[in-house]
Amino acid sequence: MKNLAYIIIGTFLGVVLYKSEAASWFRIYEMFQFDSFHMYGIIGSALALGVVLVYLIKKSKIKSFSGETIIIPDKEKSFTRYILGGTLFGLGWALAGACPGPIYILVGAGYWPIIIVLVGALLGAFVYGILRSRLPH
Amino acid sequence: MLYQPWPWYVSGPLIALIMAILILMGKKFGMSSNLETFCSMGGAGKFTDYFKIDVKSKRWNLLVVLGSAIGGFLGAHWLSPNPAVDISPKTVEKLQVLGFESAGKAYLPTELFSLESLADPKVWIVLLIAGFLVGFGTRYAGGCTSGHAISGLSNLQRPSLIAVIGFFIGGLIMVHLLFPLIFGS
Repeated sequence: MKNLAYIIIGTFLGVVLYKSEAASWFRIYEMFQFDSFHMYGIIGSALALGVVLVYLIKKSKIKSFSGETIIIPDKEKSFTRYILGGTLFGLGWALAGACPGPIYILVGAGYWPIIIVLVGALLGAFVYGILRSRLPH
Repeated sequence: MLYQPWPWYVSGPLIALIMAILILMGKKFGMSSNLETFCSMGGAGKFTDYFKIDVKSKRWNLLVVLGSAIGGFLGAHWLSPNPAVDISPKTVEKLQVLGFESAGKAYLPTELFSLESLADPKVWIVLLIAGFLVGFGTRYAGGCTSGHAISGLSNLQRPSLIAVIGFFIGGLIMVHLLFPLIFGS
């Protein structure tokens, strides 16, 4: 039952990101050119509601659907890993025109060359795992 | 309505709702950690302990991935009679200068994402490097657009703000400085 719920949530996410065109390479390029409000509107309105919802969830101390205490962990404090990792990710995001969610969505949509991007992403995650102890964090 | 592109003020709040539902299910909204899970499933734990994780505990997120691929299929094949993305005329113009004739006429540039485009080895290299940067960068930064820009910033996390600033530094460098070198003739 719960498994089905995750699949349905994912399906909904896939439809939303596809239909909002957040999974379109063109929209990502347009965003980095500051030529349209569209992507900023998506991220901005998601954040506006997201901040309120996360605040309410924390403040109300509401339990999860299965009755457990909800813990939203803070991100580990650092600067280096976020700025360096973030910049590398940004370079890839703009070139591929897709971040991890849209990569899976576009595989489903049948844009087969995106599989090369997915293979690259898996390779990148693997190489990070190998080099991790030698990188500044 | 459903068959038209969805406006930002519908899509954005729906993304926030998806995040909230996942939190209420005791999980989180983050797509890039799945890349690690796939590495672990592929035996990457043999090379470094970093990938020795309990794959079972990540199964829920793989189901979200499966769902999002189904969603992509539905979005593309059932809900989008016209896949052309109506980007700004200024963007179309800039892309045409770079050789993207499909700008404004397709969902993804056919110059990179059509089967015919794969005849050019340069396309393979571009897509592979792009993917590599996405995978490496997101794991280094500990999150991607969903994990940092949506989940992290919704929880007012300073590290996520730094990461998102990084996303933009990288994206702006790529589009403004590197695109003319990569795609310009």
